[in-house]
Amino acid sequence: MIHVENLTKYYGELCAVDRINLDVHKGEILGILGPNGAGKTTTLRMLTGFIRPSSGTIRIKDYSIEENSLGIRKLLGYLPESAPLYHDMLVYDYLSYVADIRQVERSRKLSRIREMADLCGLNEVMHKPVAELSKGYKQRVGLAHAMIKDPEILVFDEPTSGLDPNQIVEIREIMRQIGKEKTVVLSTHILSEAEATCDRVVIINQGKIAADGTMESLKRSAGGEYSIHLALRNAGMEEVRKKLEEIGGVEGISAQEGDDAVLHVNLSCRSSDDLRERLYEKIKQTNWILLEFYQESQSLENIFQKLTLEN
Amino acid sequence: MRQVPHIFKKEFRTYFVSPIAYIVISIFLIVIGWFFFSTFFLFNQAGLRNFFGLLPLVFAFVIPAVTMRLFSEEFHVGSYEILLTMPVTFREVVLGKFLASVAFVAAMLVPTLAYPVTVSFLGDLDWGPVVGGYVGALLLGASFAGVGLFASSLTRNQIVAFIIGVAICFALVLVDKILLFVPAPLTDVLQYIGAGYHFENIAKGILDSRDLLYFLSLIFLSLYATHLALEEKS
Repeated sequence: MIHVENLTKYYGELCAVDRINLDVHKGEILGILGPNGAGKTTTLRMLTGFIRPSSGTIRIKDYSIEENSLGIRKLLGYLPESAPLYHDMLVYDYLSYVADIRQVERSRKLSRIREMADLCGLNEVMHKPVAELSKGYKQRVGLAHAMIKDPEILVFDEPTSGLDPNQIVEIREIMRQIGKEKTVVLSTHILSEAEATCDRVVIINQGKIAADGTMESLKRSAGGEYSIHLALRNAGMEEVRKKLEEIGGVEGISAQEGDDAVLHVNLSCRSSDDLRERLYEKIKQTNWILLEFYQESQSLENIFQKLTLEN
Repeated sequence: MRQVPHIFKKEFRTYFVSPIAYIVISIFLIVIGWFFFSTFFLFNQAGLRNFFGLLPLVFAFVIPAVTMRLFSEEFHVGSYEILLTMPVTFREVVLGKFLASVAFVAAMLVPTLAYPVTVSFLGDLDWGPVVGGYVGALLLGASFAGVGLFASSLTRNQIVAFIIGVAICFALVLVDKILLFVPAPLTDVLQYIGAGYHFENIAKGILDSRDLLYFLSLIFLSLYATHLALEEKS
């Protein structure tokens, strides 16, 4: 669907995007992750034809961005960061204007605007000026704006930035609904968002692709460790250390005496090895009282930091 | 070119949604009405020569105020990004916005039609120069709108756009008024560049192709320059 090769963008001396290769398949939700200033927005702006690449090619379906930018813009719906809409228009007028420019047939225009209002929850604000809307509503108008012509590809730049938790949940829900039928590319620096909405993730750092794959494969490739947390009463630190080391497969143990004589133990383990059963058997043999027992896979934040701080 | 009407419609409506349109029109009518009628009865002539004589100078200040927001506001708010990622070409955007501002200038001139009507009751009005004057006023307004649009495409700050626009329009009005001070070989050139000179010709009721060509080429040049400025930005 989207094929990007050696995409590069220089702003003067500064290289914002450095030889990026990217393929997005039909029906996929791709998340572009990266710290601020990594080149996410620049990449999306080049995809949507807003700025010209310094070098490299972008092909979307059968169109190339240099030869047929207009054709590509017809296929795409784009919501820029923080939804910069015309302030002095009413929401209805704005959507009607966009529908005209996007060449929605006249007979379908009204029904299409209604559908968008329902999908994005805009019915109460249709006759308010855009300037009076809250940030969440503006973002929803932006979503409606991007989808009004029913484009095959949707591009969202940080769709949930600056929203409160309830609004974030709502916007994600809308995006997930869209993602069922459409190809979606979205950028974000919030990891849990990528995990909640995306099929595939590309991590960009300093203009280069640092990782590309599903969330699962990224977790696996980055270290492959997990940890088990135990809280025990009635157990001595030395005794615990000795007993648990007997199990084998434990890479490291750290223990800490907490309040009420509770011992908090952290075990780090190789992910190829499931220790939980053996641990349980071991603890059963003792007279320790087990208060907590849970496994933690390596957190997304760790992976992200590892990938973006390394180079 | 099929997008031009949509952009035109949106821009023209936006003028009248905000209070700016009404303020600009009021100021224009008050200033030009006062200057015109304060001396009108002294001359004891049923004509609009004075009115049309004032027009270039007043337009030089009013029209950049009308056009200053057309691009600057879009750059400032960021809606320019939305505009350009929709299936529109630079040419359609420039033309749509230009035509909207010309239509606004026309709307601004409509109330002044009361002057010739009033004057025709007072004496024997020669309608030829009046028609010529309004045709000239539209051409002059369109040229200044083009210049103002160009100024707006240069910056994201509306005030700066306004000042650049006024500076260029003002220069075009004044350049043929300072012919006394320039060396003889330059006078013809400067006179041809001056917008006031060509406007006065048309306002006499003579539609000369040279004057028409002047205004049309000024419009074309400023729109082309706007186009280049936008292309340079992306």
